[in-house]
Amino acid sequence: MRHLLDTHTLDRTTALRILDVAEDMADTQSREVKKLPTLRGKTVVNLFFEDSTRTRISFEAAAKRLSADVINFAAKGSSVSKGESLKDTAQTLEAIGADAVVVRHPASGAPQTLATSGWISAGVVNAGDGTHEHPTQALLDAFTIRKRRFGAESRGRDLAGVRVVIVGDVLHSRVARSNVWLLATLGAEVTLVAPPTLVPQNVSLWPARVVYDLDAALAEGPDAVMMLRIQLERMSAAYFPTEREYSRRWGLDALRVAGLPDGSIVMHPGPMNRGLEISSEAADSARSTVLEQVANGVSVRMAVLYLLLAGERDDERGGDL
Amino acid sequence: MSETLVITGAQLVGAESADIIVEGGVITEIGTGLSRAGARVIDADGLVALPGLVDLHTHLREPGYEASETILTGTRAAAAGGFTAVFAMPNTSPVADTAGVVEQELALGEAAGYATVQPIGAVTVGQKGERLAELGAMATSRAKVRVFSDDGFCVFDPLIMRRALEYVKSFDGVIAQHAQDPRLTEGAQMNEGVVSAELGLAGWPAVAEESIIARDVLLAEHVGSRLHVCHLSTAGSVDIIRWAKKRGIAVTAEVTPHHLLLTDDLVRGYDARFKVNPPLRREEDVLAVREGLADGTIDIVATDHAPHPSENKACEWQAAANGMVGLESALRVVHQSMVQTGLIGWADVARVMSATPAQIGRLSGHGTPLEVGRPAQITLYDTSVDGVFTEADLHGRSVNSPYLGRALPGRVEFTVHGGRLTVDGGSLVEGVNA
Repeated sequence: MRHLLDTHTLDRTTALRILDVAEDMADTQSREVKKLPTLRGKTVVNLFFEDSTRTRISFEAAAKRLSADVINFAAKGSSVSKGESLKDTAQTLEAIGADAVVVRHPASGAPQTLATSGWISAGVVNAGDGTHEHPTQALLDAFTIRKRRFGAESRGRDLAGVRVVIVGDVLHSRVARSNVWLLATLGAEVTLVAPPTLVPQNVSLWPARVVYDLDAALAEGPDAVMMLRIQLERMSAAYFPTEREYSRRWGLDALRVAGLPDGSIVMHPGPMNRGLEISSEAADSARSTVLEQVANGVSVRMAVLYLLLAGERDDERGGDL
Repeated sequence: MSETLVITGAQLVGAESADIIVEGGVITEIGTGLSRAGARVIDADGLVALPGLVDLHTHLREPGYEASETILTGTRAAAAGGFTAVFAMPNTSPVADTAGVVEQELALGEAAGYATVQPIGAVTVGQKGERLAELGAMATSRAKVRVFSDDGFCVFDPLIMRRALEYVKSFDGVIAQHAQDPRLTEGAQMNEGVVSAELGLAGWPAVAEESIIARDVLLAEHVGSRLHVCHLSTAGSVDIIRWAKKRGIAVTAEVTPHHLLLTDDLVRGYDARFKVNPPLRREEDVLAVREGLADGTIDIVATDHAPHPSENKACEWQAAANGMVGLESALRVVHQSMVQTGLIGWADVARVMSATPAQIGRLSGHGTPLEVGRPAQITLYDTSVDGVFTEADLHGRSVNSPYLGRALPGRVEFTVHGGRLTVDGGSLVEGVNA
């Protein structure tokens, strides 16, 4: 794997390979000594143009457990007018000798620009770009669903027939986009639930169904309900009238959770707005996989870094294990 | 000084091939077997002879943004593309909203000598959309401004738009509107549709263009004024213009070469060379604007030549500037998208890229047919060749062309501006005003 930029172009074989390697990584994490020597001498740069402590520490933990050297680079500003350009930053990292760059950026497509510009030869991992994609989040979500469903029998399995409902601000959500593509690739049936204002124009080609009524979607007894974070500033742009109305119509409250079939799980990528898109009862229930998602995130990111830096790479640097 | 030219065997549009004599900046004779002692002979056998092209929509960046383009470099690019006149949009620094700035632009164009530079004046002071600029002063200045536009910004306030439309009637002016509802396009990055949904880029919906055009044609009808719609880009806009013309409203419309050829699928690589405003649209829109140009609903092709330095394009999509250079490629793109597809012929090309733009802009000395007694503004174009468009084809200061690496037909072999060669054998002539 040269880069991980999106799940839209990720094929089923590669996706399953990442998930299976993540299983191996997860197994190592129950040992007394969690650290592996695999990426000793490799340098991983966490290049964050936008604050995200959760994602950064997850990648940092993943890289460190593989014995890579980690540099955290919090870059402020992203355009010529605001400070150092993406190009200059990239060329600086190249000069430092980065082997992989994990990039979080507020502009959709910035990781792809980084990967295809020729400014840098390092592998690029998209850690969330604007409202485009967040591929490792989708991979850890798929890993979590698979693990809950198949347990120790997870390896090699896809998500055929698994019904997943994704609820919330689809329009601005990179998590939703990455999940739609990946879950569909793995055979899951995806339903998006959102106020019509928060569904992109136009999703006619998406491998997902769109409904506006959360209760109707939940009545079908989905296997997983994934709640998306609502950003409160959306209210000022007239996407929905009030927090209260949003919560009433699209929030996962105790009553709605209680109506779910046994075995259904409740997911959230975090950070949660308790009381808005998800109630504390839902977030803290036995169905909730919120903390498992965090733990699985480290395993999945270990797998991605491993495949990027130590696995078979189809470029000129492929052999330098 | 203008020279005497004998152009032999040129293919005149809608006529037989003929020889053309140019003397003193004027076409003095058309016929066969012509010669003049001591004249420069141009072998135009097999070349299509078009009236010098006229671009109603060019950004020359001077004064103020000379790192992107100057009037000299921009008019060199124009000449290379077969243009003999360009209308310069007013989004310079300072904004061309006074007689002083437009006269300066005119003078710089004259000094450069590669093409006539006809300034466009801003509609409102500083293009801010609040107060009318001194339109009359610009109209009666030496620059004789007849086209007014806040291009890049829509004249959004309907009352200001109405007043502007009314006011310019006194000197036969026209308001060229950049139709974009600013509220519906806040933060917009690309056409809103299937591709924007996938890429997570904020959408620029077709309705934001169409609703302004609909409003403006009704305003133009109400006050009986001329309206020109800049760079129309959607199928719906074509329908509205068609409806308005049927009603007898004095509206004209332009389309850019890039909206005739390129679609929003190209945005998928986040290559900011494809970032432009209005954005690249769907295949359906491309087909609709082609049809609109072919049936006369759309009157002209204009380039919206918009040079930007590389640092404003070699960056993340969201931070990149809107715009593409287009002067050098315009005729070749029209050749590919409209002529090779059989939608229009070369006489139509002469109409949409020379005669009508000059007429809309009330520019004399350009856009006239190649006839005896007419000014010698001539473009000789080889339709038989093909080539990959490269940076070597660009002659301005910026290289933000969406066509680099793309095969395009044709080649401008000679451009004659006011009787002088500005392009000779496919190469720019140096120092035309020396």
